[in-house]
Amino acid sequence: MSMNTAPPAMAAKERRWITSRPVRRFVRHRLAIAGLVMISAIALLCVVGPWMLPHGMLDIHIRDRFSPPGSETYLLGTDAMGRDLAARLFMAGRVSLMVGIAAMVLSTFLGAVIGLVAGYFGKVIGTVLMRFTDAVLCFPQIFLLLVLAAFLEPNALMITIIIALTSWMEIARIVSAEIRSLRERDFVTAARVSGASHTWIMFRELLPNTIGPIIVAATLTVARAILIEAYVSFLGYGIQPPLPSWGNMLNNAQQFLDTAPWLAIVPGVAITLAVTSFNFIGDGLRDALDARSDLQ
Amino acid sequence: MLRFLTYRLAHSLLLLFLVSVIGFMILHLAPGGPLSQFALSPGMSQAELEKIAERMGLNRPLPVQYLDWAARFVTADWGESFRDGRAVLDIIFGHLFATLLLILTSTILSVGLGTLVGVLGAMRRYSAYDYLATVGAMVALSIPTFWFGLVAIYVFSLRLGWLPSGNMYTIGDESFLDYAEHLIMPSVVLALVQVAIWSRYMRSSILDVVGQDFVRTARAKGLTRRRVLYVHILRNALIPMITLTGIQLPTLLSGALVTETVFTWPGIGRLFLDSLGYNDYPVVMGVLMFTAMFVLLGNLIADLLVAGVDPRVRLE
Repeated sequence: MSMNTAPPAMAAKERRWITSRPVRRFVRHRLAIAGLVMISAIALLCVVGPWMLPHGMLDIHIRDRFSPPGSETYLLGTDAMGRDLAARLFMAGRVSLMVGIAAMVLSTFLGAVIGLVAGYFGKVIGTVLMRFTDAVLCFPQIFLLLVLAAFLEPNALMITIIIALTSWMEIARIVSAEIRSLRERDFVTAARVSGASHTWIMFRELLPNTIGPIIVAATLTVARAILIEAYVSFLGYGIQPPLPSWGNMLNNAQQFLDTAPWLAIVPGVAITLAVTSFNFIGDGLRDALDARSDLQ
Repeated sequence: MLRFLTYRLAHSLLLLFLVSVIGFMILHLAPGGPLSQFALSPGMSQAELEKIAERMGLNRPLPVQYLDWAARFVTADWGESFRDGRAVLDIIFGHLFATLLLILTSTILSVGLGTLVGVLGAMRRYSAYDYLATVGAMVALSIPTFWFGLVAIYVFSLRLGWLPSGNMYTIGDESFLDYAEHLIMPSVVLALVQVAIWSRYMRSSILDVVGQDFVRTARAKGLTRRRVLYVHILRNALIPMITLTGIQLPTLLSGALVTETVFTWPGIGRLFLDSLGYNDYPVVMGVLMFTAMFVLLGNLIADLLVAGVDPRVRLE
């Protein structure tokens, strides 16, 4: 059997991707588009925002400390040291979004590979891997994460790795379940008969068929990673000042809650908006990519 | 049923073993491993550390150390706190009540509210209400719990002065009403995410049941809508929710930790964080293992309950 003959399904692929069914469905999903617009706006602000503001994020204006939002030249007010909150918010956004996305990439990779191997090899390897996954899932994520964060050197990279290490399990489960249902299909048998290696079958035949659920889970993982980074940094075990993150901005906001509530409100709103965006996008992707949602 | 029981129990025991292995590995990941307590004290020489390591048996092969640790673990000897020398299990049980009070109240709240929101959404699918509930749930899932707690404290304690901003009771009062007053904010804050999750699952669970033949039969028999909903649909739709409660346990405990830190609630989460701050590794490890076992047990109970309620599960 020649691997070069295009299967009939390929003919449909010649249609432009922009008019393909998943894309059309995603565009119809108003919330998802709202999320996409919102997160693009936030990302843009975080990238170009700091250059447009009159003050740098580390400039200290002791006389202007605790200026409320809207005071002259301070769009969102200042903190206890008189640093511009807007400048810090945008810089923090870069860090928080980067950590969230990097953690997603890492945990998706980890989860997909474990799920793939577990699903493909079934039997002993699969059982061992999936039971291990179940066991990790028994530990409440925040507890596990805080122990690791307290034991290891806290910096942006380490936090990213730790978040990934504690959030790959769901994707592993999804992928392994998908692979198990695909494993016995004819196209896999065909590939095997034509002499394809295990690696080829796993990564070139099976993995592309699970890409839909993986994308959905990955999007939702970004949302969760941002939330978790915020919390861990809020507690002081995550991103360390002077590098700002949305979470560590809230760290000392608590003690000024009464006198300067904007210090707590502003970063929290930013987190909520960013996380909501990713959740909306994930929901839209689920509707667009999930074949089963055809029926509903 | 017996086969199901043995299978499920064996599965839990296997998981318990894996959980303990992971816990043991993390313990040895700690800077300085179990020795860190001594490494921190001033004037400690490397030679003395090695002597202590020898006495503690830390230079034996890891599997031997694991077996030793596990043997003490199952006989309820979880070590002593570095801080005050009390037994770890005693300390954990001392904080258990506060956490149980918090998560139980919050669960009752979220199950009630989540079921209501979910049922209404499923009954009026694609209505304005359903859409609003869906969006609302997604936004609720996106709000950082600790930040929501801070905002609640700002509004209800600092601005309005209606509710206390933290702790479980006022020293010297400790009446039922006093407890209730302190419980309102933390349990509502913790329930926010749970309500969102419950309502989503409840909605889809109902929609799964509504399409089944026995519902059509019940309707065809001429039963009232109300009777079909309560007796036929709701009872069946609630079965997967038992499993969900088990699955959600880790999330609930994580949420409890977050809530406890914001409201200085004297529960297990608070104990965990305090111990982390003091490098009190025996307590940290104890709490970590305790929560994992709590989750394991919760899931086992949930599965047995489902098997008890739904005979279809037992046959699988």
